[in-house]
Amino acid sequence: MSASDILNITLMQGFAGLSLFSVLLLMGLGLAVIFGQMGVINMAHGEFMTIGAYTIYMFSQLADNYWHGFAPVYFPLAICAAFALAFAAGWVAEWALIRHLYRRPLDTLLATWGLSLGMQQVFRSVFGPKEVSPTLPDWLMGSWSPKPGLDIPINGLFVMSLAVLMTGGVLLALYRSRWGLRVRATVANRQMANAAGIDTRKTDRLTFAIGCGMAGVAGAAFTAIGSTGPTSGSLYIVDSFLVVTFGGAASLLGTVASAFGIAQMQSISEFFMTGSSARVVTLLTIVIVLMLRPQGLFASKVRRA
Amino acid sequence: MDPLNPSAGVPASPDRAAARAGLRPAPWRWLTTDGYGSLAVLAALILVVFPLALDVFRLNLMGKYLTYAFVAVGLVMAWGYGGVLSLGQGVFFGLGGYCMAMFLKLEASDPVSTKIQSTPGIPDFMDWNQLTALPFWWKPFHSLPFALAAVVVVPCALAFVVGFAMFKRRVGGVYFAIITQAVALILSVLIIGQQGYTGGVNGITDLRTLLGWDIRGDGAKLILYFVNAVLLLVAILCCRQIQRSKLGTLLLAMRDKEDRVRFSGYDVAMFKVFAFCVAAVLAAIGGAMFTLQVGFMSPSFVGIVPSIEMVIYAAVGGRMSLVGAVYGAVLVNLGKTWFSESFPNLWLFLMAALFIGVVMAFPNGLAGLYDSHVKPWLARRGARSAS
Amino acid sequence: MSHDDQNESGMPSALRRKLLMGLAAAPALAVSGIARAQQFPTAKVNTTHLAVTDTEVTVGQLHSATGTMAISETGSIQAERLAIEQINAAGGILGRKIKVIQEDGASDWPTFAEKSKKLLENDHVAAVFGCWTSASRKAVLPIFERDNGLLYYPTFYEGLEQSHNVFYTGQEATQQILWGLNWANQTKKAKSFFLIGSDYIWPRTSNKIARKHIEQHLSGCKVVGEEYYPLGTTNFNSLINKIKIAKPDCIYAIIVGGSNVAFYKQLKAAGITADKQFLLTISVTEDEVLGIGGENFAGFYSAMKYFESLENDNNKKFVAAFKAKYGPKSVIGDVTQAAYLGPWLWKAAVEKAGSFDVDKVVAASPGIELKSAPEGYVKIHANHHLWSRTRIGQAQADGQFKVVAESPDLIEPNPFPKGYQ
Repeated sequence: MSASDILNITLMQGFAGLSLFSVLLLMGLGLAVIFGQMGVINMAHGEFMTIGAYTIYMFSQLADNYWHGFAPVYFPLAICAAFALAFAAGWVAEWALIRHLYRRPLDTLLATWGLSLGMQQVFRSVFGPKEVSPTLPDWLMGSWSPKPGLDIPINGLFVMSLAVLMTGGVLLALYRSRWGLRVRATVANRQMANAAGIDTRKTDRLTFAIGCGMAGVAGAAFTAIGSTGPTSGSLYIVDSFLVVTFGGAASLLGTVASAFGIAQMQSISEFFMTGSSARVVTLLTIVIVLMLRPQGLFASKVRRA
Repeated sequence: MDPLNPSAGVPASPDRAAARAGLRPAPWRWLTTDGYGSLAVLAALILVVFPLALDVFRLNLMGKYLTYAFVAVGLVMAWGYGGVLSLGQGVFFGLGGYCMAMFLKLEASDPVSTKIQSTPGIPDFMDWNQLTALPFWWKPFHSLPFALAAVVVVPCALAFVVGFAMFKRRVGGVYFAIITQAVALILSVLIIGQQGYTGGVNGITDLRTLLGWDIRGDGAKLILYFVNAVLLLVAILCCRQIQRSKLGTLLLAMRDKEDRVRFSGYDVAMFKVFAFCVAAVLAAIGGAMFTLQVGFMSPSFVGIVPSIEMVIYAAVGGRMSLVGAVYGAVLVNLGKTWFSESFPNLWLFLMAALFIGVVMAFPNGLAGLYDSHVKPWLARRGARSAS
Repeated sequence: MSHDDQNESGMPSALRRKLLMGLAAAPALAVSGIARAQQFPTAKVNTTHLAVTDTEVTVGQLHSATGTMAISETGSIQAERLAIEQINAAGGILGRKIKVIQEDGASDWPTFAEKSKKLLENDHVAAVFGCWTSASRKAVLPIFERDNGLLYYPTFYEGLEQSHNVFYTGQEATQQILWGLNWANQTKKAKSFFLIGSDYIWPRTSNKIARKHIEQHLSGCKVVGEEYYPLGTTNFNSLINKIKIAKPDCIYAIIVGGSNVAFYKQLKAAGITADKQFLLTISVTEDEVLGIGGENFAGFYSAMKYFESLENDNNKKFVAAFKAKYGPKSVIGDVTQAAYLGPWLWKAAVEKAGSFDVDKVVAASPGIELKSAPEGYVKIHANHHLWSRTRIGQAQADGQFKVVAESPDLIEPNPFPKGYQ
């Protein structure tokens, strides 16, 4: 193999690692925001992602069957719709279910697991048990070849840019908006925030809904790289949790760092050993690191039970 | 209160107070949850009523549900009393089941019955994977005492390692739950991937005899059911002993106010590890009995989804009640079987409703409902009939 | 209609005549049905206490209607029901109508075991049509062997099994693999192969057979890579890079489930399309292409014994009947067709044996031919598998396959291939 081939492969493998990093980041971001704010682990996170994926499917059906001119441009619109739908669903879920379980994180785990089962059945009843495939716009599939032998998948680039956008957006919102101010105050000291006049319950609801909306966007993005079916959410849920727990709660930087670390470890080990072994090695490493440093990579200064 | 005899005059329970007050003892008094009365009712139910009322096929199903009850009872100890929520009990259920399955499989793979294989004398799945000799770590499972010991020791060791590492660093709650999930995932990926050694996703199937005794016949199923039921009752009695001892009180205190217990000088971590190990051993025994009664073990019990389902058994029955856990396991599984037969599209909604309902409406499960509604009603009736 | 044609009831007399003739015929049909049943009195055709009456015989259907496998097994459920309906419409078996008890395995192998016990021990069904994954079959096999039940299993699988109580209506590995590899080598001039699969028994066993065949029976050919990924993997970028390094003439893919969709989408995104790379798979049927998306799989090849687009009269009738019952958008994959064969093969065996007793049906089965099979022609082998042809289909953008090659002879099933183990 020539030197340029080796260079190409290294670049492509590096890109693969970055691509996995952005996938994990997208998955974990919504969950991290919710967990940091409310200490709630949302087991239905995968199902909110599936809401986003099915939104893309519905839009693509619309474009296919009714309005062909819509086809190349429906995708960005559909992503916004995915955010809106998942946001609405999250809002309702928080109002109906989560707010009653305030301060009972273990019970929230169980309740959201029940929610995920119910949502899966709703998907199955509405869309059928089989997987569906949204027709994706042509500009999204295919690859970009800056030079021969080097093929960068466009959907990987797309997912990466979406991840960057979303992380940037969340950071901006957290540190520049009034919502962000309220969130940071509540995370730092809930009682004082209440005393200072911040409606922490409303903030909680808004945060949960925004987190679910982000999950919807992630699910929408994943239709470019994966399958869409009633049980698709379960494919992503465990990785999302591990990303968030590994990074340490209440820390966006932690989520970013942990997504990066896990992605690189998985990619590099996959290259040198079989897929199953790589998965086991990555999981074992995460578990061992968590055993040595249970609060995650970047711990919050307040100790959590 | 008499300072020289602090317990004199202080009633140990409202029931004894009523007795001391001279009220005629009423039958309801015996039916406190986890009291001897409830235990007797449960024993009568599973030892007498079910065997008489159900045919062998349904009794075998009931036996299967009772093996899940082991896991639920373990969770009551760990979660209800110790405050340790483990979402990975499937790991221990599976480990116990696999240890028993390995012994039974080796017995069924003697050179005579496997003579059509390329390598007689080894389990069939090893033969398909072109293994030519039994791996060294399978060899000890030729002996029943070793297998039985392994059923108890291996899960306990794993629970000890994981628990020690976590609890010494004061990790608990949600973090611990997620890590148990990761462990469940690791084990299930390992088992499925190493199909030459473990049978892979098919599991270890076609188990036939235990020391020559055919476990598939009707008579065997009946005997195994009774063994299972008796073991379950013994386990509940042991757990009750733990609960009523000082250890149990400490566990409860730890669950509610961990720091105070720590400041009182107790090593909280080791108590939590103990509770977790108890849950692990109980789940493993359940797994072994499952393998004996159903005749195979598969990695579908080891993963995340079944582990979370096992938690719901304890939650429905009442996470504080040992007897309730058994009822919870039986009821949820009965519901699952019945619903998935009659309304296959609805039973996921039922499960969802169970999870949400148990958490929101009756957090102490059926036992809690019993305590809050049935007992006072019985008490009022008793008081009315006494007066 | 003119006034003369009307009679008191207001029906035109021509129609009335036809109606009367039909009504007169109906008792004749019923009588012939009853007569047939009387020709085969229950005491003679059912000596093992199966659920057979003078007018009905009960069978069981055991598939996953819920859970992850429901995606794949829905087609089998539908095909079996269609076959049973058609058999009933033609008069049933031995004059008896078939009644179905449907059980849901819920994609959970222990549930499969439990329900099969119920069907055999409680309901005493005469036959069961069911299972899809090897795990579910392995879980129920001991029960069928012990209770002497009868199972018709439709999925293509890894072989290495032959049970007195099971008939395998799908192909076993050597039938699917060997001829396909020969075709790849001769027609597509493929000399280097990259084997990939999901990490469990079927892909691993199949790839073992493939590897032996490539290395020992195809001259000058070699395997340049073999990789397995856990079920449920969604990220294949590293694998795709490894494929790019190895530059194989042929990618031999056995990926299953949700990973299928991820793999082919990512493959396309990495620039590996059918015009640049030859890919042969044994795990993608029309059902899977629904989920993957026809445009992501177009141009790749699949080796199956049946494709919906097969051009023969049997298939045209079958497809028309299937779509009439289940909707014009339904697709029919290899397993669906194999499931369709089950009830027909059972009917043929029962009629040849003149009895519903499992041992007699099993004894009568080897040698039974089905000329009306949608795949053309099948024959039951003594090892309970089917003689069948293998075809290579090239995927089209609309989700159908164009058959580009067909094995000239029927391929004999060989579940325990010597030299490949």
